Amino acid sequence: MNLQTIIKELDLQVLTTPKDFTKIIPAGGYVSDLLSCVMVGAEAGDLWITLQSHANVVAVAALTEAAATIITENARPDDSVIEKANSQDVILLLTPQASYEVAGKLWNLGIK
Amino acid sequence: MNEPTHRRQGRVVTDQNAHEISRVEELSYELKVFDVMSQDMTIVQPDTKITEVLQLLRKRRISGMPVVVDHKMIGLISLEDVVHALSDKNIDAAVKTYMTTEVMTVNDYDSVVRALESFTRSGYGRLPVMDKAGQLVGMLTKGDITRGILNSLQKDYQEEEIRRYRASHLFEDIDSDRTTLVLRYRIRAGDFNQGGQASSSIKRALKRLGANPQIARRCGIAIYEAEMNLIIHTNDGGIIKVEVEAHRIKMQAIDTGPGIADVHKALQAGYSTASHKVRELGFGAGMGLVNIKRCVDDFDIESNPGMGTRLIMKIYLPHNNKTEDTA
Repeated sequence: MNLQTIIKELDLQVLTTPKDFTKIIPAGGYVSDLLSCVMVGAEAGDLWITLQSHANVVAVAALTEAAATIITENARPDDSVIEKANSQDVILLLTPQASYEVAGKLWNLGIK
Repeated sequence: MNEPTHRRQGRVVTDQNAHEISRVEELSYELKVFDVMSQDMTIVQPDTKITEVLQLLRKRRISGMPVVVDHKMIGLISLEDVVHALSDKNIDAAVKTYMTTEVMTVNDYDSVVRALESFTRSGYGRLPVMDKAGQLVGMLTKGDITRGILNSLQKDYQEEEIRRYRASHLFEDIDSDRTTLVLRYRIRAGDFNQGGQASSSIKRALKRLGANPQIARRCGIAIYEAEMNLIIHTNDGGIIKVEVEAHRIKMQAIDTGPGIADVHKALQAGYSTASHKVRELGFGAGMGLVNIKRCVDDFDIESNPGMGTRLIMKIYLPHNNKTEDTA
């Protein structure tokens, strides 16, 4: 399933510059707010679901090569963070839903 | 949205013939009119004289122009219309007398393949492009389409070149007995906004040098953790030094204090001395050194309270017929 469909199905807000999300096919997902765990646990191409929204999220997303980062519970990052994400080709998505809900919905969509 | 979501409307594509679809054909479905059209348009008013139109057509080397009043297109004046005026010996007439008012247009969000169909159906050489609000936003010729497709193909080709280059070994095309590249980064204490910058730069550099993506990832993670340690725990920050050689990557994180009181404890998973504030940011899981150990082949830590800490991490690379040298 491509990222465009996921964004539509979960009603996610795209924070970074929109691009052709139909070409991005997430391989799986990973949920954690502890950055060290994400560095080890998340695989390249995963969707990373987190409550964190500071600048280091961008660094971790770039290093782990996350397909996209879903920031939950409306923890909107600062503009400087979004700008940094754009410069590193990191996709940031926002939702009012909790991480648990987002993970459940992704699982039901077949992202396993 | 009225736009069809099927990429290959009007034709059934089976798995058997899907691989026969050329990249050019694929691009004509992927590219939108907006991506290839010319936005730099020459427009005329309804009261412009045909003689002026003729000059403009000649000067700009085009075969037709939209006639616009208050940002609204009311017709198209083409070379054919001008010839018509010439044969009437009416060259001082206004554009509105000879322009074509029933104009075929294309939408900026249409795929290029749809625009090509419009060209074939109408026999016209250029079509005005309208946006969703019905405003004139550009002109499209078959030449624009060809140029657009060629540009995309060139981009594809460049990406492929980069991918191929990356797939080779580190320093493969550099001839020397021993090649070492040293990268050095100054990390400031407490500067969370800069966190991850050194590791991202190092990972990118390694990939460009031809390191295998898995190796680049391991280095990136190890450096990231070392970098964050310098930001979170040191008095004055520190230095990250990476020495890249064909057979191994040696990474060091050096600081001047405060030093680790109990190195053995610091190496236990989950042990952390991070403050509550730092933990709220998602750090201080007590996994930093543990992660580093998992990512590298060789790990050494020297620390004295009051003096500082030196972390030495090494990753050994697969042989590629280079002269082996002991580190």
